[in-house]
Amino acid sequence: MVGLVIVSHSDSLAKSVVELTKIMASNAQIVSAGGLEDGSFGTSFEKIKAAIESVYTDDGVLVLMDMGSAVMTTEMVIEMLEDKKVEMVDCPLVEGAVVASIDAAAGMDFEAIKADLSKVGGTRKF
Amino acid sequence: MADSKKVLKIIQAISLKMEEQKDYLTELDQPIGDSDHGINLGRGFAAVNEKLSGLEGKDIGTILKTVGMTLVSTVGGASGPLYGSAFMKAGQAMAGKEDADITDFLTIIKTAIEAVELRGKAVVEEATMLDAMVPSYQAMEQAVKEGKAAEEVLNAGVKAAWSGAEHTKDLIATKGRASYVGERGLGHQDPGATSYSFMLEEISKVTG
Ligand SMILES: Nc1ncnc2c1ncn2[C@@H]1O[C@H](COP(=O)(O)OP(=O)(O)OP(=O)(O)O)[C@@H](O)[C@H]1O
Ligand SMILES: [Mg+2]
Repeated sequence: MVGLVIVSHSDSLAKSVVELTKIMASNAQIVSAGGLEDGSFGTSFEKIKAAIESVYTDDGVLVLMDMGSAVMTTEMVIEMLEDKKVEMVDCPLVEGAVVASIDAAAGMDFEAIKADLSKVGGTRKF
Repeated sequence: MADSKKVLKIIQAISLKMEEQKDYLTELDQPIGDSDHGINLGRGFAAVNEKLSGLEGKDIGTILKTVGMTLVSTVGGASGPLYGSAFMKAGQAMAGKEDADITDFLTIIKTAIEAVELRGKAVVEEATMLDAMVPSYQAMEQAVKEGKAAEEVLNAGVKAAWSGAEHTKDLIATKGRASYVGERGLGHQDPGATSYSFMLEEISKVTG
């Protein structure tokens, strides 16, 4: 199953996004990497790396993140993991997490989930 | 200009400066950011400072790379991956070197700029640290072309860095948190451009 990681500046936000995905996809392999080690706001290289590794399989891991250093730090972790199948996805965090977790839990593969997520940003709420 | 030993002295001086300017840098980050630039760099360079004794006897490339990796894993904000990539890439460019002359120094700065541009997907005039980095590099390159001594080159760089930082007040940020503040950020100096100017100033002091 494709693993999922939620990166945010806020630990509680990242955890809540993960929690929210349980409504429809309780079996998804999804973990949070929010805030710094001491719980304050920010993004932690070590936390993100550990989160990716904790859900990693040959099926790959997709990472959804909020803004700024969440993107840059994740990018650096992925560069360091070199030949592992890990990618960032540019999409709304909450909706993307819901879609990705449903897809992953249903056994969809890496590329198919990415294709689904590419449509999430364009879906209008009203 | 600087051997490995002096490079360690420079890094130490920068670490102390970041600690000293922690409150000021954090204050600059308040109106246009999230009030943490000084805290972030203070934390990062405190971790760097602790690594310095273990770096004695190492080449310049290894020193710069270690500084970069330490910043990436401890800063916690955008300046972490940005300065982290800058130091790491500069370290790659200086691999195995025990001595750096002014030409090497220009290579270090050019490499650092390219690393920040790539990591931040930013260019000059977007009200970021690049607005101190790029004009000061240009001023130093020009001074070298004119045959100036290393000390004068550095002085020219520091001067241009501070005017670049000052110039960020006239720019509407299009990258980083300040871009969310938009034109309300006018009149405020970019924290990253300021921390970079302090760094260059320390390099100039230690080598001069
Ligand atoms: N995309 C970018 N490109 C270049 N420089 C940037 C970019 N984003 C931010 N910066 C620089 O980083 C400085 C802010 O550093 P700081 O450590 O406060 O990070 P932050 O913006 O709080 O990070 P975060 O994204 O985690 O909120 C800015 O003043 C600016 O100079
Ligand atoms: Mg900040």
